[in-house]
Amino acid sequence: MKDNLILKIENVTKDFPGVRALSDISFNVRKGDIHGICGENGAGKSTLVKILAGVYPFNTYQGSIYFNEKELKLKTSSIQEAIQEGISTVYQELVLVPYLTAGENIFLGREPEEKGILNWEKLYSDTKEILTKYKLNVPLFTKISSLSVGQQQMVEIAKALSHKVKLLILDEPTSALTDAEVNSLMEILKNLKKSGVTCIYISHRLDEFFRIADSITVFRDGRVVDTVKTNKTTEEKIVAMMVGREMKKRFPDKKSKPRENILEVKNLSILAQQKVAIKNVSFNLRKGEILGIAGLMGAGKTELVTAIFGEYGKVVSGKILLEEKPITIQSAGDAIKYGISLVPEDRKENGLVLIQEVFKNISLPNLRQFSSRFSIDKYKELQECKRYSDYLAIKTPSLFTITEYLSGGNQQKVVIAKWLMSNPKILILDDPTRGIDVGTKYEIYNLINKLAQNGVGIIMISSELEEVLGMSDRIVVMREGECAGTLDRKDASQESIMTLATNIKRNNG
Amino acid sequence: MKQLNYIQKVKDFKIDIRAYTLIFALIAIWLLFGFLTGGVFLSTRNFSNLLRQMTIISFLAIGMTPVIITGNIDLSVGSMTGFISVIAAYLQAILLPNILPGLFQALPVELIGMLSTIITVFVCLLLGLLIGMGQGYIIAYGGVPAFIVTLGGMLVLRGGVLGVTQGKTIIPIEASLRLMAQGYLSEYIGIIIAIITIIIIFMVTLKSRTKKKKYGLNLRPIGQDLLIAALYGILVLIFTLMMNSYRGIQIPVLIMAIIAIIVTYIMNNTRFGRHIYAVGGNKEATKLSGINVQSVVLKTYALMGLLCGVSGIILTGYVAAGTTSGGMNYELSAIGGCVMGGTSLMGGIGTVFGALMGTLIMTSLENGMSVMNMSVFWQYIVKGLILILAVYLDVTSRKNKA
Repeated sequence: MKDNLILKIENVTKDFPGVRALSDISFNVRKGDIHGICGENGAGKSTLVKILAGVYPFNTYQGSIYFNEKELKLKTSSIQEAIQEGISTVYQELVLVPYLTAGENIFLGREPEEKGILNWEKLYSDTKEILTKYKLNVPLFTKISSLSVGQQQMVEIAKALSHKVKLLILDEPTSALTDAEVNSLMEILKNLKKSGVTCIYISHRLDEFFRIADSITVFRDGRVVDTVKTNKTTEEKIVAMMVGREMKKRFPDKKSKPRENILEVKNLSILAQQKVAIKNVSFNLRKGEILGIAGLMGAGKTELVTAIFGEYGKVVSGKILLEEKPITIQSAGDAIKYGISLVPEDRKENGLVLIQEVFKNISLPNLRQFSSRFSIDKYKELQECKRYSDYLAIKTPSLFTITEYLSGGNQQKVVIAKWLMSNPKILILDDPTRGIDVGTKYEIYNLINKLAQNGVGIIMISSELEEVLGMSDRIVVMREGECAGTLDRKDASQESIMTLATNIKRNNG
Repeated sequence: MKQLNYIQKVKDFKIDIRAYTLIFALIAIWLLFGFLTGGVFLSTRNFSNLLRQMTIISFLAIGMTPVIITGNIDLSVGSMTGFISVIAAYLQAILLPNILPGLFQALPVELIGMLSTIITVFVCLLLGLLIGMGQGYIIAYGGVPAFIVTLGGMLVLRGGVLGVTQGKTIIPIEASLRLMAQGYLSEYIGIIIAIITIIIIFMVTLKSRTKKKKYGLNLRPIGQDLLIAALYGILVLIFTLMMNSYRGIQIPVLIMAIIAIIVTYIMNNTRFGRHIYAVGGNKEATKLSGINVQSVVLKTYALMGLLCGVSGIILTGYVAAGTTSGGMNYELSAIGGCVMGGTSLMGGIGTVFGALMGTLIMTSLENGMSVMNMSVFWQYIVKGLILILAVYLDVTSRKNKA
């Protein structure tokens, strides 16, 4: 039995400042298997992948990993070393050069040369060999940018296979694929298995495990719950393992009750990048209500709220009613005028001007409040910024500190302060606690409750299902750009949300 | 009300290191040239020349600062200055002398000249504004990269220069326009302006004290505030007396100072100014803060165009003619001055003061080397190397900080 193991992970623990990403995990992967790994966002899957790929080198974690009966000690934080050992990783986000062909991408950085001159014939014959060997259907001379996402994925896999790979790691390969593309990926993986390649397969789509995986390891909160054989378990059992934790008191109680309607979205459809990104979505939001929006990655949550805020795509049909009156929002400026504020998903990209001082970030959308017709009253501005900074207990040496130097949690507080100052009637929070430590999270939950108590309508998206469950009065579940259903707090559970969020997949499969 | 003290403490402590570095670099360069030229470089006459030499570029550097801060660039400013300059000359030498005397037969010649200058100034400023807005519109709303639009603009406007002049120099220019670029303020007017400036400095100091008091901000001892104000006052006075000991404050230098103060005020104290920095710092976040990024970019180009108008008018007055080579390569000097003064080509960072200091340093190098009779080819080489060195030092110091 022992000889069959290719990977043995023993008591691995990985800490980040303030967060324990992996806590004492152990499991084995058998040679030649397709080994599934599942778990919620933040359960520690990606951290493990990064350790195996050499992004986090040996010494930055505790515990030991044995690969082919030899302890794996990757020294540099470079993926080259892992590749030489025989471990290749295909990430969720594809990292290909769009203007080069498949072959050029596969051999990027190690192009066959003769006396410094590229041997194109060899490059393409080698590429062709790999593609035919593993039955990958990719045109040889087409630029990556004109391939479909599924084909690009195949190029990534071919690139990984072109090294002498013993263990192939696929990190959520299907999240961006269509059903047909998923099917052909499944076939490819079956072929790989036949040629003796071991695979670690990470996915949110449980049905896929039951189609190809030999065994499944379930992660939860940085721990391994269990490793089970696929033929001895069911999808329901896996879901129970993924979410089946007793809920500790992680969320403060919400005292206020929702009042009258403030926002109504009726049959909204949004066109973006020549695709209908949001299809016929309807929901309403009441004063003092926290409305959660749940759904898998790519279900259109962020797109929906950004569209309501006037900064995504084009409204093709449907309408938005604010306090019973129809409104048109074409830009963030319009939204702010109507009293709608959005704390965006990515604070670094969309929320903050990192190179500027804290006070300038807080006041940016609110400068009108302290400006006469011509100039800004700086002193009034500072006083107001100070008020909000105190209210949120932002930890910063001063308001003149460059925002970049604050911790993630405090940066997020700056974004929230900025939008609180605009006195919103409706506050949209897109994953407001991502990458934030537990203590600050609790502070933010308290603040959200307090705002709701004051009659603000709150829409909240979260990458953590528990957060949505713990905070919301009602939950809108989205699936592929559509509203899959709305659940009341009392009817909502992880299972009921997951069922709504994934339902269609199972029926099709 | 003690709560705000910590805000102020840090602000007082945070001395603008970059600004001081520039001043020290400038003084070092001046002392070096003073030593190398046996004091000629430091004479009031040469100083007066030095300041006048920098004025035309300085208008462009001032306008270029907001453009670069938003993360854009304007390569057309040299050609635009040249174009507006020949338009000014064309109006003054050819068009207006044919029209005005006929319209206002009763007026004496000098008054007609003045009228011609007023019309010229108005038309040139308007023209600059319109060209700037045109380019800004294509960049902001058309989405064409600024580099391309203004590169095209540079060629088009240089073509315009040749078209207007037909390859010839256009003369004569009215005395009143020449005065704007070459004139000196009389001793008394110089002193009066200096005194008014000093009074304003004190008034601003006191006003900011009452404001700080109102919002409960930390106050420095009044003596310290007054001392600082007095120091600035003395600097103004010394400058005025120094200029007066030669031939007085030059009118273009005064215009430069006024424009620099206005644009600095816009950059620091208005919403538009804040938006400029925000756009350059993070365009997406600024857009999501409800700010019309396109309109901000358009306005920076409008301001740039307007200042090209000023630059073109002063150029015509200074050369006393419209020439085919007017404004050639000015864009590079203006961009060089900005960058030397700490404006980041990545956007988001920069000041008008820095751009002026950068321009003054570059002009000082040029002037000093001419006074030393250094060959022109060396002058180019030295200026180029120093520009690269300055930015290299800036980049490495920032890397160490991060």
